[in-house]
Amino acid sequence: MANHPLLHLENVTLASRFNPSLVSDVSFQVHAGESIGLIGESGSGKSLTLRSILGLLPSGIEQTDGRIQLNGRGAMIFQDPIRALDPLYPVVKQLAEVVHYRQQVSRKASHVIALELLELLGLPDSLRQKDRYPHQLSGGQCQRIVIALALACKPDVLLCDEPTTALDVTVQRQILELIVRLQKELGYAMVFVTHNLAVTSSLCSRLYVMKEGRLVEEGETLPLLQNPQHPYTRMLIDSVLPLPELSELSEPNELKRGADA
Amino acid sequence: MTAALKVDNLTVEYGGFTALDQVSLELAPNTTLGLVGESGSGKSTLARVIAGLVSPTKGQILLGSDVLGKRRTREQRKSIQMVAQNPDASLNPKHTIQQILAEALLFHKIVDRSQVREKCKELLARVRIDETALGKYPHQFSGGQRQRIAIARAISVEPRILIADEPTSALDVSVQLSVIELLKQLKSELSLTVLFISHDLGVIHALSDTIAVMKKGQLVEVNNRESFFARPQTAYGYELLTAVPKMPPLPTR
Repeated sequence: MANHPLLHLENVTLASRFNPSLVSDVSFQVHAGESIGLIGESGSGKSLTLRSILGLLPSGIEQTDGRIQLNGRGAMIFQDPIRALDPLYPVVKQLAEVVHYRQQVSRKASHVIALELLELLGLPDSLRQKDRYPHQLSGGQCQRIVIALALACKPDVLLCDEPTTALDVTVQRQILELIVRLQKELGYAMVFVTHNLAVTSSLCSRLYVMKEGRLVEEGETLPLLQNPQHPYTRMLIDSVLPLPELSELSEPNELKRGADA
Repeated sequence: MTAALKVDNLTVEYGGFTALDQVSLELAPNTTLGLVGESGSGKSTLARVIAGLVSPTKGQILLGSDVLGKRRTREQRKSIQMVAQNPDASLNPKHTIQQILAEALLFHKIVDRSQVREKCKELLARVRIDETALGKYPHQFSGGQRQRIAIARAISVEPRILIADEPTSALDVSVQLSVIELLKQLKSELSLTVLFISHDLGVIHALSDTIAVMKKGQLVEVNNRESFFARPQTAYGYELLTAVPKMPPLPTR
């Protein structure tokens, strides 16, 4: 690994007026092209940690200690795609605006780049002819737009805050596959925040477990899952409800087509 | 064996949109039917029609051998109870837990006014919440506790059918498991027939005897649990199952 990590958090502590330790003493590094997972339940401080990297902390919450070093550009994908988009602004226009400011190109060129991004993300071609408002798109399509907005910043580190939690399983799979495919093509590093261990296990090479604002355990994904040391990690692993294996006979082409015929 | 609940050729249209398209379904007594499907597939509409909150455009619902009409009797309403997805929205924030539980008990004349307090304590014990909760307000409890209180209210009137519409989706994973265990236990103790709605196949697998899959307002597959999870009969069922993110193989514990 290179000596200089892209992102380096050192003993970061975040506090509000009433709670001096919303997040305490969190340290981790992300190197180029690497994916790490930050896992924990609601209130564990994982989203706050992520937001502090881009300076997006809610008002009233401040970094009181530690250092955050980001050697490159960062961009974030939010949990709720509908709320991350401006409802009064057509989506291609939103995307072109971000391209215009972040890549510092003309309005005309930014529109062309925006359309290229749409194609990269597998959004419908009809958007080329007619721009649409967020409410005219499905949840999965909106999330693709949000990812496009993040990619328009040409990030070195992509920060994902539960990007698939609000989506259906089939859409979740498409979005995850998309994020992984684009990572191979564009080579960004990733910090992935989620409470879903099954999602991070396939995506991230290292995991950091957070509880009540502290990192309780960290390590390489597979060894950590196979041999968790902290009882909280064990509990998170146990709470993933197992599904039995599909039998090998059930190939999709042998199945009768249901309502989707 | 007659079904505890039978849904016969049910169609619901909202304006021009068909939310349910000729759905027929049977719930055997004292079993759990897990209803899965993506958002917008009509799962919640089906729950709301069965609970009597939406009237169907076509088709009918039978409770045992009774046809449930447009206007249900108090007895019929009592027999079908529902637990909603979000306990914050379903519990009145200005009422104490005792008021919340007592209202249904008194309305359906389950106990006399003098015995209400005792009955409330008994209900809280069933969902494993301390009886000191009676004087508190919903905001003083965690999400999981609030969902237990919502369950206590639903079972307070001794229903035959319990509809649970994504009761665990708003909860943390660690709490989710305890609510699932509670529902399982209540089902056998009170011989309930449960309609459990979720888009989370892990939760459905943990709870259901039978699985029904919905897509775009239609019922595409009804199968028992073992065969659905091993050999789904439809391509859509297969697609749903393969989309669930999997954990890597871990040592057995």
